[in-house]
Amino acid sequence: MSFNVLASTLGTMAPAEEVSHFPPTPEIFWQPLFSVGPVTVTRAMVVAAISVIGIAWWLIATTQRAAVVPSKGQFLTEGVYGFVRNGIAKDMIGSKEFIRFVPLLFSLFIFILVNNLFGITPFIQMPTMSRIGFPIALVLIVYVVYHAIGIKKRGLAGYFKFLVPAGLPAWIAPFIFVLEFITFFITRPLTLALRLFGNMFAGHMLLVVFIVGGWELFLADSFFLKLAALPAWLLAFAFTLFEGLVQFLQAYVFTLLAASYIGGALADEH
Amino acid sequence: MVGNLSLVGYGLATIGPAIAVGLIFAAYINGVARQPESGKLLQPIAILGFALAEALAIFGLVLFFL
Repeated sequence: MSFNVLASTLGTMAPAEEVSHFPPTPEIFWQPLFSVGPVTVTRAMVVAAISVIGIAWWLIATTQRAAVVPSKGQFLTEGVYGFVRNGIAKDMIGSKEFIRFVPLLFSLFIFILVNNLFGITPFIQMPTMSRIGFPIALVLIVYVVYHAIGIKKRGLAGYFKFLVPAGLPAWIAPFIFVLEFITFFITRPLTLALRLFGNMFAGHMLLVVFIVGGWELFLADSFFLKLAALPAWLLAFAFTLFEGLVQFLQAYVFTLLAASYIGGALADEH
Repeated sequence: MVGNLSLVGYGLATIGPAIAVGLIFAAYINGVARQPESGKLLQPIAILGFALAEALAIFGLVLFFL
């Protein structure tokens, strides 16, 4: 009983019956909470909704009465905003046109960061981005944005011409065009989505292995196996801290790459 | 217990990106040690390179499920 409660808290474990779930298949991770008509609600959706409400409340609360001498909350918000504005957008897009992309990048960063950090928040323990649908949705936004501004700047034909750097020998241009086309339209969105998904998913699995594995060891009959549960939980603690670092880093990397793709589409030359 | 071999294969496949990530950060640390004021300039570049190298390991993880 208690194992199943723990397992369902962790969100990715097998159902109650004793069948082997190794290797895991995608079906195992489909665990709907409840469904209303045709809409099925999963844990990840609930966590994402909580994060949106929390972020909205936090941002309104800390910026509504913004003062010259900031409160602690306002200071934190401004710090994060300044980090995205100067550390990511300005560096990657360039100081001329970056300001209109700051809202998008700031929203992406803070949404991904909060959702990632839910992965190590006690009682939630669910990084939303470990379900592939969420990263795909975010990447779709970035994908549309960077192609749209590229096409808006150069026109459709000019955009495709822009894929090939000027001054290449004529015979090599088609190969470069195919390579660049694959990079722009397939590899970039694919890696952007899969990187976020893979990191969150792998980190989540790592924590599940150490925490649930430690619990299984603790429940074992042998005394020495019970003893081995202690280092497993110590490692779970260490990996939780490590996951916090990775989760921040992945939010940063996602925003950095989104900004670099936008900057690349706006760049004057390669 | 089917599919153990693909799990082992994925474990082996992570060696390559792991070495790549190590090399990238080794180069970053080297650069900052020689020229401390370049740290801020090099940091996004290092993270970018790290993210690109890491994508290969993530591909492996996804292929394991296919």
